Amino acid sequence: MCAFPLEDQTSSFSEYLSSHYPHLLQVQKSGIPPLQFLKAEPTLSESFERPPLIPRGTTVLALRHGDGAIIAGDRMATEGFQVSARRIEKVYKADEYSAIAIAGAAGPCIELARLFQTELEHYEKLEGAKLSTDGKANKLGQMVKANLAMAVQGLIVIPIFVSYDLKRQEGRIFKYDITGGRYEETEYYATGSGGKDARNTMKKSYKRDMTEDEAVALALEALYDASEEDVATAGPDLIRGIYPTIKMVTRQGIQDVDEQRIKQVYNIIIERRRVA
Amino acid sequence: MVLPYYVSPEQIMQDKAEYAKKGIAKGRSSIAMEYSSGILLVADNPSALNKISEIYDNIAFAGAGRYSEFENLRKAGIRHADLKGYLYSREDVTARSLANAYSQSLGTSFSQDVKPLEVEILVVGLGEQDHPNEIYRITFDGSIYDEKGFTVIGGRSEALIIFLKEHYKGASGVTEVLKLSIEALGGVTNQAINANGLEVAALDRTRQGRKFKRFIPEEISELIKKSGES
Repeated sequence: MCAFPLEDQTSSFSEYLSSHYPHLLQVQKSGIPPLQFLKAEPTLSESFERPPLIPRGTTVLALRHGDGAIIAGDRMATEGFQVSARRIEKVYKADEYSAIAIAGAAGPCIELARLFQTELEHYEKLEGAKLSTDGKANKLGQMVKANLAMAVQGLIVIPIFVSYDLKRQEGRIFKYDITGGRYEETEYYATGSGGKDARNTMKKSYKRDMTEDEAVALALEALYDASEEDVATAGPDLIRGIYPTIKMVTRQGIQDVDEQRIKQVYNIIIERRRVA
Repeated sequence: MVLPYYVSPEQIMQDKAEYAKKGIAKGRSSIAMEYSSGILLVADNPSALNKISEIYDNIAFAGAGRYSEFENLRKAGIRHADLKGYLYSREDVTARSLANAYSQSLGTSFSQDVKPLEVEILVVGLGEQDHPNEIYRITFDGSIYDEKGFTVIGGRSEALIIFLKEHYKGASGVTEVLKLSIEALGGVTNQAINANGLEVAALDRTRQGRKFKRFIPEEISELIKKSGES
């Protein structure tokens, strides 16, 4: 017995898993029986009787600016009308130049983010070259599509992908649907339960070629509005000191936006909105 | 009826070993050497096909001998490491476990396959927080050697090891270590080695996250120039 198989040709980690260790992937070919209590949007009475047992992440967004793109998400996960986590992370570094943020069932979301990270690094090491931005975006689409059987059961996983394209010298944003459909956005996008509210805010104030500071401020304002309109989205938690997270991708690579900076932006927004 | 002829197991193993050794000695050498902030890997390799590769955060690989064979081993190693990191966590991927897996594979292949693999490989692991570096050399028959300071695979490795034993003075700066490696490679092959004929990479403790760094030809020339000045 060989300690590991030598005859594989694929450069894809998820392909490798599905051919050698299918049990490690969440979706198995046999499919899973319908789980009524996992419905995406239970009616009010259903929720009281049979609360959905799966934590769900809520609002994530991305927007482009002159030097690249930023991607952000609030920190709350909910189970029906209960808060299941206040400090969950929805924005993940995918590689040196890209990040994903995911809305939907928290477990599969985190799993997808981890698998995608491994996928990109795996390809880079095997091939000795990074995947192109379109290559990464397409691969993510295939991974979302692989989750389709679970999505129709209610375990929806919807990512937003941002990447700095070194060839085109610009930030790019991709959104997805549950079938793995991949659509490029040229300005901004938001998804999750408060996605529509966040989009409204960005729609009003978005300008082409904003500075990075303006983009960060707009992203935080959009998340704030989403938290006001959507009960499942958290605003800044001043008491516990929990703030949304933002990552930015530029020519210099990926970077976290400092929490202090986020706090300052929120102080300004709150002062402006405060009723005297 | 043709009678099956008998060859003793000793003879078979000896023939296989000789065959593999011959194949490995035909190629060029690669050196791994510790320096002050990591491990430097230097391959006498003018081709665009790499002999040195990143495996994981703290682990690198170098192969010598038949390219197609060690390339397969390299890929298998990356799969092994990524799978382990995905199953458990990044810190659970260790050079020792990988070296063991290689040893098993090579050992099995040597005893069972008609043609032994003509390869010699290196697995190096960067030690962190007081842990020493690990340098494992694994030969065609699956034998595994835990090396200290430096080691050489492929080509005229024995002559190189003798040279380095004499001249290696412990982990110094990266330029000194590169200079010594180039002297060793040049001395044994009797050829002037320039930046274009070298493949150089390092596991560098000062880097964040993934410690592997491949030097591009301009960086190699720069390092060589610096080592000439010092």
